[in-house]
Amino acid sequence: MIPLSWILAFSLALFFIGLFGAIARKNAISILMGIELMLNAVNINLLAFWRYLYSAHMNGLVFIAVVFAVAAAETAVGLALIISAYRNRRTITAGDFDSLKG
Amino acid sequence: MTAVQIVFLAVAALTLAAAVMVVSLRRMMQSALALILALVGVAVIFALLGSGFFAVSQVVVYIGAIAILIIFAVMLTQNSMSPEHSQMNPGFLYAALGSALLFSSLVFILSMWVGFYAIPVNLDPSVDTITVLGLSLTDPQGFALPFEIVSVLLLAALIGGIYIARDHHRD
Repeated sequence: MIPLSWILAFSLALFFIGLFGAIARKNAISILMGIELMLNAVNINLLAFWRYLYSAHMNGLVFIAVVFAVAAAETAVGLALIISAYRNRRTITAGDFDSLKG
Repeated sequence: MTAVQIVFLAVAALTLAAAVMVVSLRRMMQSALALILALVGVAVIFALLGSGFFAVSQVVVYIGAIAILIIFAVMLTQNSMSPEHSQMNPGFLYAALGSALLFSSLVFILSMWVGFYAIPVNLDPSVDTITVLGLSLTDPQGFALPFEIVSVLLLAALIGGIYIARDHHRD
């Protein structure tokens, strides 16, 4: 069987690639993609801990279902915001959304 | 090395390569397609971890809905950023350095934890995980309340998404 350490190292790597994408990219849609990668890494972690350490409890699986729903909601609202901002300002560069800057 | 381990390593390498492509490619459409590849890899990992239900959910929710939504958004905003210019913020090297440092320190901390080397227990074949999960999601003593709150959240996101994305100038 696969050792837990391999899965945790894999999900950590996926999480930090996503974090890098969310921090380093200019494009607002790219930032959302980075967040999707991070949420996926979290789901892998939850499923691995359920499988290896707590397979008698359902808490981990329920949390995965919640993360799925929150990810769907986050993407829907986030992309709606990006499209609305694009319509008003003709840009999706995150640094150009500065109307609230003092 | 067993066959499962080889499959895991191959899928993990493919997923990480696709994830690196997601954050590094200049053309947004290619980046979105790489995201789909990474999500497929995660679905295979779910299946390897013994949860076919979440592997299928991953394909339906992430690839079928979220990735397609992202592709639509990419197509709707296509001419706003030209791929000739860099897609990275000026300080992206610091982001890479910080991510790599956090990754290596977390792996180092985890390697000192006993549970890091846990061996999976065999699942009880008489217990159907999906049945237990479904029952606990609707059980008032279990997770019925979080389940309902999530459904309200999805409804709010649905209404909010429609309202925000509507063209307010046209009507």
